Amino acid sequence: MDTFVQQLINGLTIGSIYALIALGYTMVYGILRLINFAHGDIYMVGAYAGYLLAIYLGFDANPSIFGFIVVLLGAMLVAALIGMAIERFAYRPVRKFSRMTTLITAIGMSLFIEYLFVFIFSGTPRSFPQLLQNDNYTIFGNATISTSQILIFAVSILLMVALQYIIFRTKIGKAMRAVSFNLNSAKLMGVNTDFVIAFTFALGSALAAAGGVLTAQYNPKIEPLMGIITGLKAFVAAVLGGIGNIPGAVLGGLLIGAAETLVVGYGSYIGIPSTYRDAVAFAILILVLLIRPAGLLGTNVQEKV
Amino acid sequence: MSSWLKSLIIGIVVIALLYVLNGMMSKGGFFGAGIDDYTARLLVFIAINIILATSLNLINGFTGQFSIGHAGFMAVGAYSSAYFTVNYGKQLESAFSFLGETGASSIILIIAIVIGAIVAAIAGAIVGIPSLRLKGDYLAIVTLGFAEIIRIVILNIDAVGGATGYQVPGYANFLWIGIFAVITIVVVHNIVKSDAGRALVSIREDELAAEAMGVNTTRYKVTSFVISSAFAGIAGVLFAHYNKFLSTNDFQFIKSFEIIIMIVLGGMGSMTGAVVGAIVVTLLPELLRQLPAIQVGASTFQFSDLRLVIFALILIFTMILRPQGIFGTAEIGNIYRRFRNKLGKPGGLE
Repeated sequence: MDTFVQQLINGLTIGSIYALIALGYTMVYGILRLINFAHGDIYMVGAYAGYLLAIYLGFDANPSIFGFIVVLLGAMLVAALIGMAIERFAYRPVRKFSRMTTLITAIGMSLFIEYLFVFIFSGTPRSFPQLLQNDNYTIFGNATISTSQILIFAVSILLMVALQYIIFRTKIGKAMRAVSFNLNSAKLMGVNTDFVIAFTFALGSALAAAGGVLTAQYNPKIEPLMGIITGLKAFVAAVLGGIGNIPGAVLGGLLIGAAETLVVGYGSYIGIPSTYRDAVAFAILILVLLIRPAGLLGTNVQEKV
Repeated sequence: MSSWLKSLIIGIVVIALLYVLNGMMSKGGFFGAGIDDYTARLLVFIAINIILATSLNLINGFTGQFSIGHAGFMAVGAYSSAYFTVNYGKQLESAFSFLGETGASSIILIIAIVIGAIVAAIAGAIVGIPSLRLKGDYLAIVTLGFAEIIRIVILNIDAVGGATGYQVPGYANFLWIGIFAVITIVVVHNIVKSDAGRALVSIREDELAAEAMGVNTTRYKVTSFVISSAFAGIAGVLFAHYNKFLSTNDFQFIKSFEIIIMIVLGGMGSMTGAVVGAIVVTLLPELLRQLPAIQVGASTFQFSDLRLVIFALILIFTMILRPQGIFGTAEIGNIYRRFRNKLGKPGGLE
């Protein structure tokens, strides 16, 4: 039982990161119907931005909560700017073209960021400095939870609440919902759609960067290609929950994180070796989509003639 | 000249050309003329990529079903046939030894190709039948997911080497790879020009309307998917028996993306486009390797280290400036005829 609780805590930790990244995928898809393959790389860019900030501002020497907050917000800001730049220079010119074209542009953008970072920082992993004292606390008998895990839960919940507030309580949030409902009608109603789209990219990128910095606190090894598989799983999480649906992205992320760790922990009892870890997310996705083609919380749209 | 005679002559010329190239790649060269190993390898990979791009074009470009898991079927073909040749190759070699070394390895390769194609087709049916009910991006993600699952399952089968890789006998040479590239092009071309091909294109243009006109959309989609998978399997067989070594890293989703890039860059739904796309995507990173180094102060700046960055930039700019790809949906024949008509020399009746 104790190990089960422990597995669940570890799973939900990874799941929260997936959820943070999945939010960006789902928001961009909701508005542009674009699978932003470069989003996983923004998560990596966030981790590197945090790394550079921590080194240059000297927060790696003396861990403090202030240093962590500065690094987190700084990385989010940098990623938001990069996200907006990507949208402006790569996605906006191809927005009106076919879905295939935009998809290839996104894949191209993803390759561009990955190999640019390999060129600048080399492919060898770097060690992200510990920004906070890492302690272990015992809960539920023998299960332990570390400071960095608590941090991941706290920051992701905080960011998700903030996102919920922005989308449902502010004017720009209302505009985002209008654009995702119907871009052209929103434009006719006087919504500055270009700005709304740029804002969505900034928001999603900032969340992904927060995910990058938080992951680096939990697992300090960062490398330029770290965003590929994590990004793919986060995207799977977004589709699983129903792409375009914000609570769905969070649910999908937590589900996949938990399922993954549980398979590693208990899969051998039912004949699934732990090496199948990376296949779990896809297997769940395929099963769910075949039963509920719009995802867990998505709504099925009837095709009209 | 009757059309079958024309085809026969073209066929003989193509095979003769491939034979000469193959001879030039061998150790002795072809009457003194030779191709170095690096160029030979590039030509082989171009041919394999032509098979992959042309077959993916059938399901993506002509049927309009967005599949991004082609590398998975390539892996199925590669590993299933490699398992066969590794375990039974030696026995078959002695059984067919009366044909000489070349003859025996050709027979074994063809058996391996049949096995790889059938197993990949079965995998295609297993993946395609449930997932082709989905549309657009959902189909894309499910095919991607299946391809990753296939890869991870193979990674966990110790009989085919698992994570350490798999040594495969090298039965394939450029002649066979080239012949199968040509066969793929001819088969896909004929499918597209047939009644079935019109049905496929009608599904791409408007699935609801196609269904209303009496096209059994599910059957055509699944058939097209299975044929496409079978050819991906063939490409896998050829790759395995040329490369002589298989690792599941060769079949990651980035490989599927690479094939998608080929057909989108060349022009979706164009046979010529797929071929040109395969050539460009194979050659471009290699050409960028030749970029010069620049001396800036004390440090040298190696442009060739940036080749993948430049490749990505070229991809993005092509999409921005020419979103329909190099050929759009046009074929080299159409362009040639248009050009000829412009010159005021109208060709024969078409």
